[in-house]
Amino acid sequence: MRLTNIVLTTAIITAAILLTAVLSTASLQADGAGGAGPVGKAEQIARGKYLVDIMGCHDCHTPMKLGPNGPEWDMTRALSGHPEQLVMPPAPVQQAPWMASLAMTMTAWNGPWGTSFTRNLTPDKETGLGDWTVEEFIATMKTGRERGKGRPVLPPMPVQNLKALSDTDIRALFAYLQSIPAIKNRTPQPIEPIDQK
Amino acid sequence: MKIAITTVAAALFVSIVRATAASETGATAPVAPRFLSDTGLYSNAAKLKIDARNRTFSPQYPLWSDGATKRRWVRLPEGSMINVADLASWELPVGTKFWKEFSFNGRKVETRFLWQTKKGHWVFASYTWNEAQTNAELASESGIANIAEIENGKRHSIPSVSECRSCHDASRTETLGFNALQLSDDRDPNALHAEPLSRDMITLRTLVDENLISPQRAELVTNPPRIAASSPITRTALGYLSTNCGNCHNRDSSIASLGLHLKHETTGTGSREPGAGECTPALATTAGRRGHWFVPEAPEESRIINPGHPESSALIRRVKSRRPISQMPPIGTVVADSQAVDLLTSWVQNNPDEWRDIVARCGTKS
Repeated sequence: MRLTNIVLTTAIITAAILLTAVLSTASLQADGAGGAGPVGKAEQIARGKYLVDIMGCHDCHTPMKLGPNGPEWDMTRALSGHPEQLVMPPAPVQQAPWMASLAMTMTAWNGPWGTSFTRNLTPDKETGLGDWTVEEFIATMKTGRERGKGRPVLPPMPVQNLKALSDTDIRALFAYLQSIPAIKNRTPQPIEPIDQK
Repeated sequence: MKIAITTVAAALFVSIVRATAASETGATAPVAPRFLSDTGLYSNAAKLKIDARNRTFSPQYPLWSDGATKRRWVRLPEGSMINVADLASWELPVGTKFWKEFSFNGRKVETRFLWQTKKGHWVFASYTWNEAQTNAELASESGIANIAEIENGKRHSIPSVSECRSCHDASRTETLGFNALQLSDDRDPNALHAEPLSRDMITLRTLVDENLISPQRAELVTNPPRIAASSPITRTALGYLSTNCGNCHNRDSSIASLGLHLKHETTGTGSREPGAGECTPALATTAGRRGHWFVPEAPEESRIINPGHPESSALIRRVKSRRPISQMPPIGTVVADSQAVDLLTSWVQNNPDEWRDIVARCGTKS
């Protein structure tokens, strides 16, 4: 009788501890703090690709070229940002109510903030996101600042929308961006507005 | 009997689940009170009389905050000591509180509050002063934009908690103005914006004399820390950069991969500091280095510091700028520090022999 009780008690306590561990792990994964295993990694990358496709990342980070049916993405440069070889002349002066202008590639934008060039999001170590950590990427998305503490991420990047992304989705985005082919393309630094000194 | 054992086991299970849930939500963690008067700053809140247990101090190289007048206090829990075994990263006792009051044009605007509620966990809060200047109320975690006039249409904003943490979490120690170099009694007479020490301000000597640090280090008084440099202006410039840039640009920061280390690390005291003949990280990572940001008017010549050429020194260009696209520091200031621009310009432009020596021994190429 006593042995039965001890066995029963031990079983219940063990089950309780296991259940607690399972609940804790599930909770961690739900808020994005957990890592992804081999199977989870593929799903995470697929989720990241889905998000990149529907959120319009290609719109500005993949240069447009003129195809037979009009402008189309140059997928040989997918997500590599403003082409290094395309040196932009000074932007036209805007007259209100016009506010901004953009390059034919849709990778260079000019407005009251100055001129911004879209970043290379491929995993190239020197010119892309290859030397970024996922924490830096999350911090950038959440704060709207370079690596969470630098200059503001500039228009037309929709930082106000991206702040609403969950950590899990930002991790998925990063996992996908780190999985695509690295393209060496050093995008220009932004240019200050004309009156800046 | 079986029912009793089962009941005990079930209760144990519930308590484990509850404990797990509580630790995840942080439900029991202390939070900043609603009013500044409830944080312990004052012994008489109606008269704004500072509690005598709160000690005032003044870092020798203050952070530029658009010319704000600042007052600072620290309270160490009674009987506690600061662990200074690692001089570059003090461990403050749990319960330590800091306050920093900001005034513009003679009016108190905000008081920031840091409180270590458990080891390594700090509460960050800012309190906004009321119109009558009688009390201050907890500001939103997202900050308050444009709350007070600084000058000529430029306005001060209370930073968000995440902005606070972007600087305070970037170093090994969350408190930035309270360390061996900042409290050294060997103060730099040329430091920019430094307030004169008053009798009631604590320094390293106070901490040693009152037995507030552990382990005991008498050399902090007999041979206090200072930035070793080959000229007074280099000492002052490195001190300014350490405070105003080094909290993000240091080897422990999440942006350390940028390779810019401007934080002065106090590794020893006085003569045991790296000598003037050595190459400190702040010089090794700037003098003659290309960096990743180029001065737009001189992209080819641009260096982080281009000795002899302030006009093509990216560091000076960015300290001078207050455009979001290029300004440094990127947060916490909307007015350029003209005295700092003058100091850094003079430092880079002159002293050719010293710069030649720095570039030679730091192994940089211009």
